[in-house]
Amino acid sequence: MTVRRIMGIETEYGILGIGNPGANPMLMSAQVVTAYANEGIHGGSRARWDYQDEDPLRDARGWSLDRSSAHPSQLTDNPSRPAPDGDGPGNGSAGSAAGGDEATGGNWGGVTQRRRPAPQPEPATVANVILPNGARYYVDHAHPEYSSPEVTSPLDAVRWDRAGEEVLLRSARLLAQIPGMPQVALYKNNTDGKGASYGTHENYLVGREVPFDDIIDYLTPFLVTRPVFCGAGRLGRGQRGEQAGYQISQRADFIEAEVGLETTLRRPIINTRDEPHADATRYRRLHVIVGDANMHEVSTYLKLGTTSVLLWLLEQGQVPLELSALRLADPVGAAHAVSHDLTLGSPLDLADGRRMTALQIQRVYVDVITAAVGAHAERTGTAPDTQTADVLARWSDLVTRLADAPASCAREVEWLAKLRVLDGMRTRDDLPWDHPRLAALDLQWSDLRPERGIYAKMAAARAVERLVDPADVERAITHPPEDTRAYFRGEAIRRFPDAISAANWDAIVFDVPGQAHLQRVPTSDPLRGTRRHVGDLLDAHADAGSLLRALTAVPPPAEESGT
Amino acid sequence: MAARQYDQRNTPEPRPDDEPAGPPPTAGSASARDAEVDSLLDEIDDVLETNAETFVRGFVQKGGQ
Repeated sequence: MTVRRIMGIETEYGILGIGNPGANPMLMSAQVVTAYANEGIHGGSRARWDYQDEDPLRDARGWSLDRSSAHPSQLTDNPSRPAPDGDGPGNGSAGSAAGGDEATGGNWGGVTQRRRPAPQPEPATVANVILPNGARYYVDHAHPEYSSPEVTSPLDAVRWDRAGEEVLLRSARLLAQIPGMPQVALYKNNTDGKGASYGTHENYLVGREVPFDDIIDYLTPFLVTRPVFCGAGRLGRGQRGEQAGYQISQRADFIEAEVGLETTLRRPIINTRDEPHADATRYRRLHVIVGDANMHEVSTYLKLGTTSVLLWLLEQGQVPLELSALRLADPVGAAHAVSHDLTLGSPLDLADGRRMTALQIQRVYVDVITAAVGAHAERTGTAPDTQTADVLARWSDLVTRLADAPASCAREVEWLAKLRVLDGMRTRDDLPWDHPRLAALDLQWSDLRPERGIYAKMAAARAVERLVDPADVERAITHPPEDTRAYFRGEAIRRFPDAISAANWDAIVFDVPGQAHLQRVPTSDPLRGTRRHVGDLLDAHADAGSLLRALTAVPPPAEESGT
Repeated sequence: MAARQYDQRNTPEPRPDDEPAGPPPTAGSASARDAEVDSLLDEIDDVLETNAETFVRGFVQKGGQ
């Protein structure tokens, strides 16, 4: 499979009231999501997030954190939070559908029935919706968050991540058209430069056979050094930007621990949340929380592609010794040092006493993995797939050029593209590094509005490389990927918006008129529910009632049976 | 367009080809400037918040995940 596996990206966006920077971000986030749920989706969406399968306190190291000892911000499975401030009506009543009795019934992967809750007043704001592209769009803490649908390749990850940018942009535009609602600007970044950080998390489904200690050992030096090619760049150093100057990563200064369950405080390099949303005996979900939000498509593509192919190597079970030897003496300190070293030339201390630069460490990874992919191809007689070959070639090329000619990488490497214009303005106007105009440029870099965003201006001027066709992005706003369970989720929402009361990664809850109960269809295998699997079935049923009758009456077609 | 760009400047800053008022830019950064960057900077001048200091001060977010 190499770079191909189930993966996805969750992005919390920065939010700011235009002309009203003090406006309540929780309320604005709810308004943004609600505007899209009501106006942005054909037919509207009443499907809400179902919290039944959430277990955010399960730790990959094999235990569960007691709820009473968890920080409140870790309890992400409580549908009554976050709530807008003040006296706004409740939200997220969505999950309340989960309250009923369950009785197994039907034949299709265990469709179950739930008692239909009593009719409830429609809340004025919704905190949590499922989009027809299979994504989850909701309010997390004080930010609107887009969790992309499950995809199987880094290029598809870029497509549905870019679709997320468009969803957010359209939400703000729709909101601005509603009388009395605020105008908001949205930012795809990870810090306000004043001590707050919000995340862009990558998720990778990994074979359960890989020992978690291997993930810690082999991913730590990789994640610490990968910002050299996928960092988004940030003006200011330190969590509050205490020191003037530029750095490679948005997120690095907020890394404070090597391994841990937390995501909102003492953020670790390796996050141990172990909620696979799949068969837990076969898979774990690696939740990477140290990455930057990228505007550059190449940065997102390589961030996902290189991480995925490293996980493939770990799944092979035989990791070359060269990788074991890359253990860092001080991973957290190294994460900060890598981000602050614009020369890319400062060596890091390794546990075995050697010293290597971030680029030298990345060179070992790319060479070891390229050799392993080559050997695998020879052994199996099959060439690596196109994206795997492309990711490896680009990765190797960038590691070489970042050392020899970094200025040549600005079209592909986001932190260098931003540095190019920041430094251009700084020298043209003779500004100090802490000048507000440079700080404004850094923040406006990721403003989603094409008329205001600096990245958008760079893209329009063809100063950065694009990977996906705008028409593909447009389609990905309203259509799910076809090769994961997101297809069934998204298509069900798109075709039967009135017949779905809730959904989550693991299940869809149908509310079919005339039926006594809600019906919960599990989607526990991320590789089922694909177009190949259920496309004909969906096409054959014009309404949800008929689809559900078919699902509960006949065994599903086998995945292998093709059309 | 050009005149508007200057109007939008928060505080007019000396151009590098004026008399240098402070320490000269470093050699590396000076060589990074090229025609494409100059053209991009013209566009950025057009869209950059006119009161950069107020904008930056007001950009306050709540912590997230």
